[in-house]
Amino acid sequence: MPKTLFDKIWETHEVGDGLIYIDLHMVHEVTSPQAFEGLRLAGRPVRRPDKTLATADHNVPTDGTPVAARIKDALSRKQVETLEENCAEFGVPVFSLGSDRQGIVHVVGPEQGMTQPGMTMVCGDSHTATHGAFGSLAFGIGTSEVEHVLATQCLVQKKPKSMRINFVGDLPFGVTAKDMILGAIGQMGVDGAVGHVVEFAGPAVEQLSMEGRMTICNMTIEGGGRAGMIAPDQTTFDYVQGKPAAPTGAAWDAAVATWKELYTDEGATFDREIDVDVTALSPRVTWGTTPDMVVGVDGTVPTPESFDDPAERGQAERALEYMGLKGGERIEDISIERVFLGSCTNGRLADLQAAADVIQGRKVADGVYAMVVPGSVQVKIAAEELGLDKVFTAAGFDWRGAGCSMCLGMNPDVLSPGERCASTSNRNFQGRQGKGGRTHLVSPQMAAAAAIAGHFVDVRTFEPAGEPVAA
Amino acid sequence: MDPISIIEGKVSDLPRDDVDTDQIIPARFMKRVERTGFGEFLFNDAKEAPDWNVEIGNPILCSGANFGSGSSREHAPWALEDAGFRAIIATSLADIFASNCTKVGLLPIELPEDQVRKIAAAGEARIELDAQTVEIGPTHARETFSFDIAPGTKHRLLNGLDDIGLTLGDEGAITTYEEQRAASAFPGPSSLSLPPQGPDGKTIQSTPVA
Repeated sequence: MPKTLFDKIWETHEVGDGLIYIDLHMVHEVTSPQAFEGLRLAGRPVRRPDKTLATADHNVPTDGTPVAARIKDALSRKQVETLEENCAEFGVPVFSLGSDRQGIVHVVGPEQGMTQPGMTMVCGDSHTATHGAFGSLAFGIGTSEVEHVLATQCLVQKKPKSMRINFVGDLPFGVTAKDMILGAIGQMGVDGAVGHVVEFAGPAVEQLSMEGRMTICNMTIEGGGRAGMIAPDQTTFDYVQGKPAAPTGAAWDAAVATWKELYTDEGATFDREIDVDVTALSPRVTWGTTPDMVVGVDGTVPTPESFDDPAERGQAERALEYMGLKGGERIEDISIERVFLGSCTNGRLADLQAAADVIQGRKVADGVYAMVVPGSVQVKIAAEELGLDKVFTAAGFDWRGAGCSMCLGMNPDVLSPGERCASTSNRNFQGRQGKGGRTHLVSPQMAAAAAIAGHFVDVRTFEPAGEPVAA
Repeated sequence: MDPISIIEGKVSDLPRDDVDTDQIIPARFMKRVERTGFGEFLFNDAKEAPDWNVEIGNPILCSGANFGSGSSREHAPWALEDAGFRAIIATSLADIFASNCTKVGLLPIELPEDQVRKIAAAGEARIELDAQTVEIGPTHARETFSFDIAPGTKHRLLNGLDDIGLTLGDEGAITTYEEQRAASAFPGPSSLSLPPQGPDGKTIQSTPVA
């Protein structure tokens, strides 16, 4: 019987009925302390430290704080130090502050070569779906499940339903992976994929870099999906090869032979399937407080009256009030005070390069504070080797240290009440980036252009002012 | 986790869709390393809205579609449970949130919108997990709604069982699986094999500096 990519991975990881084996468990400081404490109380070890990898990311300041002991916020310091102590006690490798491999868990896994096709991966973080870009089954879990995986290397899981999102057509000029996923969420709604593992397919996906594929899979959860995945191909293999944990020699050949079988068979069926026409997409900008409240940069903010359903109208009214908008404004007329470039969605080298190309030779608009937060120390080092830090600082951007930063408002990087931000992160929920903060989700190119203009601007008509930064 | 059999009492109502985990508990309150004490931060910012009207202290909460969407933070069910809620009845629930609820003894129930609205309007309800029912109304005009729950989850909640203990009962199957994988052509990566030295010669700590 023809099988989906998801079926193939699921079947090779079933230990028993409703019990699947986990190949890699990524751990961070916020959702793990109670899990380690549970192990300690029960006298249980971590079953497979070699299949576990920890990093500090959510809580870390991005001001260059060199070690956990110097974190000013006492509670944050305690959480990062607790992660270090737990990892030392249970023998789990950890990249904490001071390590040049520290960074956002979903940036670190791929760049260390720990994320490989065909694997099952979990992490106490909903954006774990990111790793599905490599053709793996990766999803977020809660702290009780973190404890369960630490103790057993398995997860109790009923097989989710399957869904395929076909991106139809060729990606137009100036439209990015971020616009593709925001377009898909806008079309299906924030609960459009609930209960499903989503495979993203189509020529536009195949043409994307691994960074672009990670951006798409990362935001699967914003459409309610359990996991997102993309079949591995030569682009995937080329990315993995040579990474620190990638197989070498004969083991590499054996691995690639296995990975080449990871695709959805002709004739395999999905529980649900939708098409998204990418030729109709322009750069996307969210206007509300859920990621499906999104329009093109060439569009206008909808008015509450434009929603027929009373519940939707009420939601739009609340969202507009929170966002300080009336409805009817042209997106390009919306001014911003802050720009955040970073996060597990768009904090990789290719994202920073794309943004740097837009700002090269320009200055950040008066009254705008723009920050760049590399997704990991390794991204930061690579960007500095290319001179990107100089491009950003010359334009007036603040060049920061690695971490989750202003994506989620639990470290010093936050919006003040009422501040409006063009953000490359993944959630525009109320208060997500700081209490009262107003978030508009966009691509790195759109965030960079907004920083220069001081308001949203269509990056497709934003002529380069300088030489391209890097190939 | 305490066993659940009957949940009975007053109903709080939050009649809107997409109540996300950042609304349930903002990230800045997730810095504790303990499991307890999150109840005081439940709906910390959301409750400042002028139209906010959710009674805290009741055992049952009703809401709309996609309740608990967003992050995987178990702090959200911890906060709800710590504030006294024992069951969430919504028209739909986000996947990870619903799963997390069942780990902390909070019963997640999905029902059609008209039934959720009736329960909220009744103001009081009685939930029987074994029978998978929600009952409302006076004795002479009792209305009963049935809900679905996975048999394994129901068994665990009814008995207050620890998932880990149950899984470790399959120790033989896990070990067999691990042996087969280790002997295969592609056993998968090991985090312990990450080289101690970066390509640029810089030291890479797999444990933090002192």
